[in-house]
Amino acid sequence: MNESSAGRSGFPRAYLDRVGSSFTDFLATTAPDLLPGRRPVPTLPVGDIAPHGTTIVAVTYEGGVLMGGDRRATMGNLISSRDIEKVYPADSYSVIGIAGAAGIAIEMVRLYQVELEHYEKIEGLTMSLDGKANRLAAMIRGNLGAALQGLAVVPLFAGFDLDAAPGTAPGRIFSYDVTGGNYEERGYAAVGSGSLFAKNSLKKTWRSDLPADAATRTVVEALYDAADDDSATGGPDPVRRLYPIVYRVDTEGAVRLTEAEVAAVADTIVTERAEADRQNMPREATQQGGRP
Amino acid sequence: MTMPYYASPEQLMRDRSEYARKGISRGRSVAVLTYSDGVLFIAENPSSTLHKVGELYDRIGFAAVGRYSEFESLRVAGVRLADVRGYSYNRRDVTGRVIANAYAQTLGEIFTQQTKPFEVELCVAEVGERPENDQLYRLTFDGSIVDEPDFVVMGGQADAVTGHLRENFHSGMGLSDALEVGVRALSAVSPVTSGATNGGPTRLTAAQLEVAVLDRRRPKRAFRRVVGVALRTLLGDESPAPDAREAEPHAEGHHAPSVPEPGTPPGLGDPANPDTAGGAEPEPQD
Repeated sequence: MNESSAGRSGFPRAYLDRVGSSFTDFLATTAPDLLPGRRPVPTLPVGDIAPHGTTIVAVTYEGGVLMGGDRRATMGNLISSRDIEKVYPADSYSVIGIAGAAGIAIEMVRLYQVELEHYEKIEGLTMSLDGKANRLAAMIRGNLGAALQGLAVVPLFAGFDLDAAPGTAPGRIFSYDVTGGNYEERGYAAVGSGSLFAKNSLKKTWRSDLPADAATRTVVEALYDAADDDSATGGPDPVRRLYPIVYRVDTEGAVRLTEAEVAAVADTIVTERAEADRQNMPREATQQGGRP
Repeated sequence: MTMPYYASPEQLMRDRSEYARKGISRGRSVAVLTYSDGVLFIAENPSSTLHKVGELYDRIGFAAVGRYSEFESLRVAGVRLADVRGYSYNRRDVTGRVIANAYAQTLGEIFTQQTKPFEVELCVAEVGERPENDQLYRLTFDGSIVDEPDFVVMGGQADAVTGHLRENFHSGMGLSDALEVGVRALSAVSPVTSGATNGGPTRLTAAQLEVAVLDRRRPKRAFRRVVGVALRTLLGDESPAPDAREAEPHAEGHHAPSVPEPGTPPGLGDPANPDTAGGAEPEPQD
């Protein structure tokens, strides 16, 4: 923003002109350099030098929707962050999780949060859930050029639909592709490098009528399974007390589960897996060196 | 064929001031008061959708009187300035002073350079961490800006309302006391209650009022509209039946501080606050 554009000589014309409710559209006319999609696209692939976020999982349950993400970001073969946060509240009733180039993705989340709040303040109303999903699609579409150079951003969006017809599930999940394609998912969805394994896990554990705590377990378990097989997904880390981030969105709004809640779920899963593993592998075998 | 004429600058400014003052004095009044937990906006406004009070940013609110189309465009400009600044710097870098200055400059420019001045009067209010950090800026149609302590009254019969408030207001009042004092002051001059001596209503009711607060105890977006049951209960309109007794703690709980999001990175806001919405807050059902 130009410092002289506000303060010394009042509002520039554009501020008082047409009443539009979109913050992104407004920036496009007044400060396009602030928009992630308006910068020169790198001419060479740069994916390996930019940190990438990995697995995000979302599931619906009887009272709304849950979204969880692991804590790892990778840069090529390196772990660039063990405690990155990749799930954020978008507004009071929706959450967004991001996989892909972390720098661009976090900038996009910030812009998206302001976009929703800006609309709310100007219109005096909250945007519909489908409207929110579409605004996000437009943002992803603007990033296609960078995506082709290895800086793709693929979000997962979920929210509680305040306008849901009675009898229909209020929790809804939307997934995206790099071209800005917007797809509503049924029941559960995952994005990022570990999404294949996470979805396989959810396929077995998720049911549509789960209560919140059981659904939370399916989310954490799916992330555990993803971390088991995907090197770019981080598992629960009891040494550093780092556990997945899980948000729940229900009639009360978006709430982040406390670290203690998620840790309890993760510890239960780890204990159960260890127990199952001991039963499958007799003690004698492991003491004598295990399998060849 | 128009006659060439000369009017002295003094005359021009006087005419414009008079024009703007007339326009403003036709409207109903708005009072902005500080109270122990923040800032309270009370507007006499029978419309529930054409607001005179609005949210500009996390800790900053806006109130206006005069011509709706004019102050609405100023409100939108304020929201835009706040959001652009907060997005390109940080949320903490948006202050009431910056926005009030921009309003002052804009109003001053319009007043001196355009034939018709804006017929508006604005108040930009900001809540701080403590009561002594609360700021109320009052802006008039000619771009003058005044930093007022305690309270600001604008609109039709601002002087009479101010006089009334001087007698009854003291700083550090609770929300319901401040609301009581403010509503009484507005009621004293309102045309709605002018028939009070002949048995008409003596006080404005919830349906005729637009009330909002900037509550410093709320973690992020401090602005909250007080509507429906919460407002009627605060005003004491609701009969003290058992359900209304329940509504009181409910209304209180409604703006009790919710738990801030732990570990949200500094650059990212945390709007995960169920009852945050500026105008879209669902009325509490009972």
